[in-house]
Amino acid sequence: MDIKKLTISQAKEDLKNKKYSSVELTKAYLERIKQLEPHVKAYMTVTEEEALNNAKEADNKIAAGEDLPLLGIPLSIKDNFSTKGIRTTASSKVLDNYIPPYDATVVERLKNAGIVLLGKTNMDAWAHGSSTETSDYGASRNPWNTEHLPGGSSGGAAASMAADETLGAIGSETAGSIRQPASWCGVVGLKPTYGRVSRYGVVAMGSSLDSPGPITKTVEDSALILQVLAGQDPHDATTGPNPVPDYTKNLAHDIKGMTIGVADDYFEGVNPEVKASVEDALKTFEKLGANVKTINLFSPKYAIAVYTILQRAEVSSNLARYDGIRYGNDRSFLGDEAKRRVMLGTYTLSAGYYDQYYNKALKVRTVIIEDFKRAFKDVDLIISPTSPTTALPVGATENQSMFGELADVLVEPSSIAGLCGINVPCGFSKAGLPIGIQIIGPQFAEETILNAAYEYQTENPLYLKKPNL
Amino acid sequence: MNKYTPIIGLEVHVELKTKSKMFCGCSAFYFGEKPNTHTCPVCLGLPGALPVPNKLAIEWCVKIALALHCKINEYSKFDRKNYFYPDLAKGYQISQYDLPFGEKGLVELKSGKRIGITRVHMEEDTGKLSHQEIDGKKVSLIDFNRSGVPLVEIVTEPDFDNALDVKEYLEKLQQIVRYLDVANADMEKGEMRLEPNISLTTTPGKLPNYKVEVKNINSFKFVEKAINFELKRQEKILENGEMPTQETRGWNEDKGRTFSQRSKEDAHDYRYFPEPDIPPIVMTKDEISKLQEEVPELPDKKLVRFEKEYNLPEYNAEILTRDKLLADYFEETVKKVKDIDAKTIANWIINKKVDYEKVSSEELLKQITASKQVAAIDENELHKFINEVIKENDKAVADYKNGKEASLMFLLGQTMKKIGKKVDTNRVLDALKKKIS
Repeated sequence: MDIKKLTISQAKEDLKNKKYSSVELTKAYLERIKQLEPHVKAYMTVTEEEALNNAKEADNKIAAGEDLPLLGIPLSIKDNFSTKGIRTTASSKVLDNYIPPYDATVVERLKNAGIVLLGKTNMDAWAHGSSTETSDYGASRNPWNTEHLPGGSSGGAAASMAADETLGAIGSETAGSIRQPASWCGVVGLKPTYGRVSRYGVVAMGSSLDSPGPITKTVEDSALILQVLAGQDPHDATTGPNPVPDYTKNLAHDIKGMTIGVADDYFEGVNPEVKASVEDALKTFEKLGANVKTINLFSPKYAIAVYTILQRAEVSSNLARYDGIRYGNDRSFLGDEAKRRVMLGTYTLSAGYYDQYYNKALKVRTVIIEDFKRAFKDVDLIISPTSPTTALPVGATENQSMFGELADVLVEPSSIAGLCGINVPCGFSKAGLPIGIQIIGPQFAEETILNAAYEYQTENPLYLKKPNL
Repeated sequence: MNKYTPIIGLEVHVELKTKSKMFCGCSAFYFGEKPNTHTCPVCLGLPGALPVPNKLAIEWCVKIALALHCKINEYSKFDRKNYFYPDLAKGYQISQYDLPFGEKGLVELKSGKRIGITRVHMEEDTGKLSHQEIDGKKVSLIDFNRSGVPLVEIVTEPDFDNALDVKEYLEKLQQIVRYLDVANADMEKGEMRLEPNISLTTTPGKLPNYKVEVKNINSFKFVEKAINFELKRQEKILENGEMPTQETRGWNEDKGRTFSQRSKEDAHDYRYFPEPDIPPIVMTKDEISKLQEEVPELPDKKLVRFEKEYNLPEYNAEILTRDKLLADYFEETVKKVKDIDAKTIANWIINKKVDYEKVSSEELLKQITASKQVAAIDENELHKFINEVIKENDKAVADYKNGKEASLMFLLGQTMKKIGKKVDTNRVLDALKKKIS
């Protein structure tokens, strides 16, 4: 087997046809992890023993003719998902020795679907950032150029995917944390609608925004994983009762007549190479029969302030439990970025400032939601660059306390509105760094964005190109 | 007339008796349980855990609000109240801020005075700290069994001007939540906690520039004492031309006095904001009126009805309606018979302090009937007994003849004893009198 070429859908078939066993597949990934980790640093914890046990179990089930959605498939999981009995740090020293007594719903669902857990991936500490440089354990590296950052906060996840150190990765996004690293690492990253995938057991960042989702090589693989993750969870009151469609069923549906909105404001200040690549992608969509239409959307720059205020306020409250009394280390172990966020969030919620900041931000959030609703009356999807730039070099975030908010400016509006979005690789810069487009859909329109992304990726299968590692 | 008028308001916390906690499936029964055995990721505030509201607790909170004549907010929500304390697992308490389930209610006292209810809202209880010495080392222990137990907070307007009214209100409130069958409100178990706000004004109707809050008192008697102590303490300060400090005080029952706990300067800024983990709670008019229908007849109404329907004196009606189960027992018993009137049943229950848990209404009726029934006795036989008694007690007979009335009752008793069965006492007495005189 050549794991560099392997996709989840392919591996599923191979395992079923007994071309190789899950143990063999798992060993191949563990071997590659051993070989590449010194350079990529994607993982916080590699769960070798657990992985091999999972794989053995999967092989037994395959032998017994059992068929589970992800049976025997090796995956990595971001380190902010609680994994029972396995250290879960959210890349913060506060949780250096924390071992959860329970599984996040996402982890439970993946286990029930038969996955092999390769390990937990590095991230910006507490998911505060878009680079992995705020990780208390050091930054991960971009597999396309290890002098560059993978993006974040799910940077370890995206790097593990791009480096073929896993067959699929689970990340989480508050505003950009799946799509942006996927874009920088040249992989597919799906941020589901808020409330589509349970947050139970995911170390909370911005509770009104957090959305777990897959990072994969192909769009089809993302659909396969989303199928397992999506659905109402009795442990998360914000998950919706909306029925879960069969996400793989309509992937290859042609997109003739689909209307795609493009807003000029989403190209402002975007690196020319990125801009050109996205414009090429739009031409491909037209070639596939879609109508590309210029639309008006509020400038994404308004989302920065709204996002910053809401997210910092929620962070300041969500980090309050980390007092070191019941578990973990005390607050002196918090990194600078976490401290800055707690301070700003505390300030904006304080008596006399609440109306001026938090309440105002809530109101603007409603305006942004309405703006998208209006836009989706005329178009099926919206496409823009995912990130204004390609991956920046290591050290780029130094002294940039608003780095994440600026790097994620193009994904923030849709995150604030709770919409779904997906990053698909669309090209490479001259320096050989990946570029991505994001396809944004209305709430619970995952089927549509997956369909459009699949059609585009089939036309432009950049996942076949591999970094030199 | 006193130149200062007391202004008193109350905050009362009542723990609901739901089986499970407010935001998780753990058992809410914690009293006397082994510490930290009723816990889970949610009530321990573990990373990633999320609250899911207990629907029954919300309904019960609304019922309390309805029983207190509150307006129910059809659109309501939970908020986070942020503060640090080791017994608060998440670093914030899930409570309600600007949209409580109930607002603007009232309670009427016996005097006809109305106490305004500002709000009735839902929140969660905290864990319990205990400071102990173990192996010679002073340690603080936390039990999270209580963490997340549903708590309803009932806040009044500052409408009280004396401690007795406060006590009456509290007794009434306790009675109401028990009638609703939503809380035990056992003071000793901490299921009902009281916090009066007390100040004095020279201009009735105008709030002064300070108030003193006395925290977590667990007895109606202590509240009364604490209020009266505070009123005297504050009056003394005002008499000296000073202003009492705005602060939170505690009650020391042993010393019979309040003591300062926290001053205004350390007052919390709770940084309330909408709880993002719980979608807003929307209740339809239908749902609210269904809950209204489930509110039983409350003690006030029941008392008036008992007076009218059963022709009971207020005193009796009041005793019978104190406890809903007792009132039900009384009515159930009344319904079962025709030849014993309600008044007799009421008297019997009250005077004999009948335990309705032990004596069924059938059993009670049997007792009452038995007490009324008289055995037949032959005239000759009766005279035979009386003669015997007179013979055996000539001194008592003489005493009676000399005007000692009590001796007659003694002779009656002796005769009854000889007869050995329950006969009509009046008949025996008449026969006895006739014989002696």
